[in-house]
Amino acid sequence: MTTPKKDELTGVATTGHEWDGLTELNNPLPRWWLYVLYATIVFGVIYAFFVPPIPGVEGILPTTRQALSERVAEAREGQATFLTGIENSDAAQIRADGELFAFATAGGAASFAENCAPCHGAGGAGAPGYPSLADDVWLWGGTLGDIEATIIHGVRSDDPDTRYSEMLAFGRDGILTGAQIGDVANYVLSLSGKAPDAQAAAAGKEIFAENCTSCHGENGEGMQELGAPALDDAIWLYGGTLADVETQITNPKHGVMPAWGGRLDETTIKMLTVYVSTLGGYEE
Amino acid sequence: MSEATAAAAAPVAYNEEVIRKFAIATMFWGVVAFAAGVYIALELTFPVLNLGLEYTTFGRLRPLHTSAAIFAFGGNALMASSLYCVQRTCRASLFGGKTTADFLFWGYQFFIVLAAWGYVNGITQSKEYAEPEWMVDLWLTVVWVVYLVVFAGTILKRKEPHIYVANWFFLAFILTVAILHIVNNLAVPVSLTGMKSYTLYSGVQDALTQWWYGHNAVGFFLTAGFLGIMYYFVPKQADRPIYSYRLSIVHFWSLIFLYIWAGPHHLHYTALPEWSQSVGMIFSVMLWMPSWGGMINGLMTLKGAWWKLRTDPVLRMMVAAVGFYGMSTFEGPLMSIRAVNSLSHYTDWTIGHVHSGALGWVAFISFGAIYYLVPKLWKRERLYSIKLVSWHFWIATVGILLYITAMWVSGIMQGLMWRTYDELGFLQYSFVETVEAMHPFYMIRAAGGVLFLIGALVMAYNMWRTIRGDLRLEAPAGGIAAQPAQ
Repeated sequence: MTTPKKDELTGVATTGHEWDGLTELNNPLPRWWLYVLYATIVFGVIYAFFVPPIPGVEGILPTTRQALSERVAEAREGQATFLTGIENSDAAQIRADGELFAFATAGGAASFAENCAPCHGAGGAGAPGYPSLADDVWLWGGTLGDIEATIIHGVRSDDPDTRYSEMLAFGRDGILTGAQIGDVANYVLSLSGKAPDAQAAAAGKEIFAENCTSCHGENGEGMQELGAPALDDAIWLYGGTLADVETQITNPKHGVMPAWGGRLDETTIKMLTVYVSTLGGYEE
Repeated sequence: MSEATAAAAAPVAYNEEVIRKFAIATMFWGVVAFAAGVYIALELTFPVLNLGLEYTTFGRLRPLHTSAAIFAFGGNALMASSLYCVQRTCRASLFGGKTTADFLFWGYQFFIVLAAWGYVNGITQSKEYAEPEWMVDLWLTVVWVVYLVVFAGTILKRKEPHIYVANWFFLAFILTVAILHIVNNLAVPVSLTGMKSYTLYSGVQDALTQWWYGHNAVGFFLTAGFLGIMYYFVPKQADRPIYSYRLSIVHFWSLIFLYIWAGPHHLHYTALPEWSQSVGMIFSVMLWMPSWGGMINGLMTLKGAWWKLRTDPVLRMMVAAVGFYGMSTFEGPLMSIRAVNSLSHYTDWTIGHVHSGALGWVAFISFGAIYYLVPKLWKRERLYSIKLVSWHFWIATVGILLYITAMWVSGIMQGLMWRTYDELGFLQYSFVETVEAMHPFYMIRAAGGVLFLIGALVMAYNMWRTIRGDLRLEAPAGGIAAQPAQ
C-alpha cells in the first residue's frame, strides 16, 4: 500500500498512500507560495516594531488613540479663529461678517443634516406634522433670537423654558358639536379662499370668533407668542383638507421638538440658527 | 495489493441512510436560508416589508438568515460530506451505529428549529452567530459532542494505515467548534425555567471572546470544514490525485495555528487594547498563504485535466468555489490591515466579503458535493440532468457577481462618504444621505440574491428527479471533448 506510483498525466510520483481510490502527488511546496508566506512573516515582525502586539510596549507609530486626538486637535486648531469669532458674536453679527457667515452656514448645514433633518427633512423641507423651515412663516417667531431660543429650549420639551401651548380638544371634550366643527372648519378654510361649503363657512364665522380668535387672531393671522399657526395662508402643519382641519379641531395633535441646549454646544446652536435663517429667510 | 483485494472481498456496510437524510436537509435548509436572505435584502431596500410586526423585522429575521445559512445549510452539508468521507476513507462504518447517527441527525435538526423559533420570538443573547440562549446552547453541546464521538470513533476504528487529509480538516473543525461554542456561550441563566441568561464576560472581554468565537467560526466552520469537503470531492470528481501532500500538511498546520489568533481584527479602532488589535492584524496577514495553500491544492489537482471543466459542470462548480475561496481569503487579510479597515469597517464591504465566501465558496463547494453524492447515495446512474447543473452554475454565478460587486461599490462609497470633510472641517454627508446613496445597490444585491435562490431551486428540482430515478435524455455537454494525448 505504500509503494509510490507514477502519475501518468504529470509524471510526478504519488506518496503511495491510497484511500477510497484517492491518492496524493509528492509535489514540493510551490516556491512562490513559501516565499510569500515568509514575506508575510517578515512583514509581521517589522509591523511589530511600529504597533507592538505586546502589552505595555510603545511602538514607533503613535497609537490610534493618540493619532485620533492629534487629528482632532489639528482640526480644532484649523477652526479655532472661526469658532472664537462665533462664540463672541450673536447670530446677526455672524450674518454680517462674510467669512464667519460662510463658516457658520457650512457648520450649521452639517449639524442640521445629522440632528434636524430626520424630522424637518433635508434642507428643512418639512413633512406632515413637522414644520417646514424653508419658508418665511414661523410658528414661534422668526427673528434670529426666536429661532435660537426654539433650538435651545425646544417645543413642548422637558426643558423648563420650553415653548409650550396646547390647543383645546373641541370635539373630544365636547366643547363644540360635530356640526359646529364642520362649520368652523369651513370658515377656517375660507380664510385662504378654499372653503368647500360657503354656507357652512358663514355659519362658522361666529363660532370662530367665540372660540378661536384668542389664539389664532381676529382674522386667523396666528399668534407667535403662543405658537398658534396662521390660518389665512396655504401652509398647513397637519394637512389642509376639510377632514384634516376637522380632525385637528376635534382632537388636536401637538408636535414635540427636543431641547438642543446641552446636547449641542453654543457655537453649534448659533451656526444652526444662521443656517436655518438662510433656508427660507427670517424676520428682522 | 493484497489488502485492497481483501477489502473488496468483504465490503464494509457503510451507513448511507443518514447521509441521505443530511443531503436532503442540506438542500431544504439551503433554500430556506437563501429565501430568508432575499427577503431581508428586500427589507433593507423597501423597509415596508418589515410589515410592522415584531416577528418579521430585520432584526429578528437577520439571525434567522445567518443561522440558516451557516448552521442549517452549511452544518448539514458538513455532516453529510464528513460522515460520507470518513467512512469511505477509513473503510469503516460510522462509530456508534445507526441509532447514534440518527440521534445526531434529528438532534441537530431540532437545534435548528429551536434556534429559529427563538429568533423570531425575540429570544436571543445578542451574540452574532451565537444568538441561541443557554438551553439551546446546552442541547447543541450534547449533539456536537455526539458528532465528535461518531467522527473520531470512526477514525479510530479505521482499516487504513493513514488518516486522509480531508479528515484532518473535518476533525479540526469539529473539535475547535466544540471549544469555541462552549467558551463563548458561558452564561448565567436568570432562572432555570426561563430562557434569559447573562454572559460570563463583560465589556471588552465579552467583545474579544465573541470575536475570537466569531472569527474562528469562519475559520474552522466555514474554512477548515469546507476544505475537508474540497479535499475529498474535488479529487473524486476530477478523478485526479491531490496535487501536493506536503502542501496539505504545511498549510493545514499553519492554518490551524494562525487562524485562532486573528479574531481581534474585528475590533480595530475600538476599546480593545491596541496591542491585541495588532496581534489580530499580524496573524491575519500571515494567514494569507496558509489559506491559499488549500486553493493551490484544489486548483492544481486539475493540472493535466483542465479539459474536464468543459464537460463537467459539477467540477466547474467546485473549481469556481475554490476560486471564490482564494478571492475571499485574499480580501480577508487585506481588510484586516488597519488602514484598510478604517475604510471598510461597519460598511457593506464587509457584507460583500462575507458573501463572496458564503455564496461563492461555502455554498458552491456544498452544491458540488451534493451533486456528487446524490446519484451515489440513491444508486442512480447519474444526475437527472447535467444541463440543469450548468444552468444552476451560471445563474448562481451571475447572482454572486451582482451581489458582491454591488456591495463593494456600496461599501466603499459608504466608507468614503462617512469620512468626507469640506475645507472648513465639516462632515459632508449625514448618515441618512449615505443610506439614500446605497439604495440602488441594495436593489442590485437583492436581484443577485434572487438569482442565487433560483439556482438553488433548479438544483432542488434536479435532485428530486434524480432521487425519483428519472434520467433526462441529453446530448453530452460541451460537444465532443477529446481527451488530450498523454
